[in-house]
Amino acid sequence: MNVDSMLSDKVKAIPPSAIRRFFDLANEMKGQVISLSIGEPDFVTPWAIREAGIYSLETGNTHYSPNQGFIELREAISHYMKRRFHIQYAPKSQVVVTVGGSEAIDIAVRAVVNPGDEVIIPEPCFVAYKNCVLMAGGVPVTIPLRAEDNFVLKPDQLRAALSPKTKMIMLGYPNNPTGAVMSREQLQDIVAVIRDLPVLVLSDELYAELTYEPASHCSIAELDGMAERTILIGGFSKAFAMTGWRIGFACGPESILAAMNKIHQYVIMSSPTTAQDAAIEALRHSHEHITPMREEYNRRRRLVVHACREMGLGCFEPLGAFYVFPDIRSTGLSSNEFCERFLQEEKVAIVPGHAFGECGEGFVRISYASSLENIREAMVRLKRFVERNSPK
Amino acid sequence: MNKKEEILSLLESNAKLSAAELAVMVGRPAAEVEKTIADLEANKTILGYNAVVNWEKTSSAPVTALIEVRVTPQRGQGFDHIAQRIFRHDQVKSCYLMSGGFDLMVIIEDKSLKDVAMFVSDKIAPLDSVLSTQTHFILKKYKMNGTEFHSKDEDNREAVVL
Ligand SMILES: Cc1ncc(COP(=O)(O)O)c(C=O)c1O
Repeated sequence: MNVDSMLSDKVKAIPPSAIRRFFDLANEMKGQVISLSIGEPDFVTPWAIREAGIYSLETGNTHYSPNQGFIELREAISHYMKRRFHIQYAPKSQVVVTVGGSEAIDIAVRAVVNPGDEVIIPEPCFVAYKNCVLMAGGVPVTIPLRAEDNFVLKPDQLRAALSPKTKMIMLGYPNNPTGAVMSREQLQDIVAVIRDLPVLVLSDELYAELTYEPASHCSIAELDGMAERTILIGGFSKAFAMTGWRIGFACGPESILAAMNKIHQYVIMSSPTTAQDAAIEALRHSHEHITPMREEYNRRRRLVVHACREMGLGCFEPLGAFYVFPDIRSTGLSSNEFCERFLQEEKVAIVPGHAFGECGEGFVRISYASSLENIREAMVRLKRFVERNSPK
Repeated sequence: MNKKEEILSLLESNAKLSAAELAVMVGRPAAEVEKTIADLEANKTILGYNAVVNWEKTSSAPVTALIEVRVTPQRGQGFDHIAQRIFRHDQVKSCYLMSGGFDLMVIIEDKSLKDVAMFVSDKIAPLDSVLSTQTHFILKKYKMNGTEFHSKDEDNREAVVL
């Protein structure tokens, strides 16, 4: 039997990663390189949250939770969404606790997409969106965002991408990989385009807490009439440095949440109990936990943006997440060549923009979720590398 | 935290940051940050810049002791005068007035246990207003001024995570 021929068509349709070689190279060199290529906090989860997890285990809280998550946690999420982002969700019927934002994205897409449905995905973006749509049998329709728009979705671009088959738009702001945020006004322009159309929005707001002044986070679900057609994805991974706990959540309209719960209960059962207990503590003192990390990210952010501009790399002010997305076209190298050579010659790993969609070509993603010393040294090496590779 | 306090807390955790770097980090012009630091030095908000040293890694690790001192306060001068008598000695690294069961907490560093004991019996215990002393030697330093001494600060994350 040829086992390869037994694989599902859906899985086969998922293209292999365009930057596989770079990945392999970087991972082989792990330990010898400074890595600014990591999409997760360098901070360890704040001690009070870890301690709550330990206490949970100590007291023997090692069983399944209710499918949708402990009601205490769903209530805490509901309060938090109201307090921070002014959106009201009923804990019992409009919140589900998931295994990371990742699971939430997957079950949201699967709950609404029929084969052939189109899902609009502005790129560059988090790599999972497109593949979740493909796995659900949907058709991803990508929009190449423009550097001159600071990678914000513009209404004319959205209008051009819409069709009668459009089921949903996937928005991810603050954005991985660009660090872009969308203001209330910019979101309002988007809402105006879809207001009268039967189109849903999936808003991935994992980085909502990592928004830097003068920007402040606005969820599209806050806007008039949008809560009833928006699935909001939230998380703990980035805001509370809890990537390894595997916990996140989704909020949205009751009927969609009920559909998502059907999938969740059969494929996941419930998200990790220890992580849920830790997450309750995280939300109880969210401000104290998040503020010092956000302030530290903000300082590093300014350092990286400043360094990039000093060495002549074009770079807009990214006001969210923990990424800077400079333009490397002046070097004449492709983003892949740039990153491979930078890795080999200067032992620093950053990610080719290409990994996040074709329109990311010509850009690289620098993550500042790394120590200040690493960042300072990496910027010295980047400057040297850029100087060496600039046309005379 | 205002900008001044932010600068102070950054310098407290890393005194080697240059004014130019601090300026970028806090998002203010370099000249302004330089002036802020100069002012803070002038008005003695910043009293100095220290390295956090793990002397255990050298051949001249000092002995550190914490001395609890009970004293009778002096008329008109309270505890300040007697505290000064004590903290002026070079061996005294820190000196605090405390609430609770004793009055002054004196942290002493010297070359050996014997030197510390001699210092206490020679210089502190005989003072008129000192009622009693109790000496506690520090056996191991886990954390000092916010720095953990034995933590392994490795980045164990994967090389690339999208
Ligand atoms: C934009 C975005 N959304 C979602 C996720 C998934 O996060 P998690 O599953 O850890 O909550 C990530 C992780 O990198 C991300 O960058």
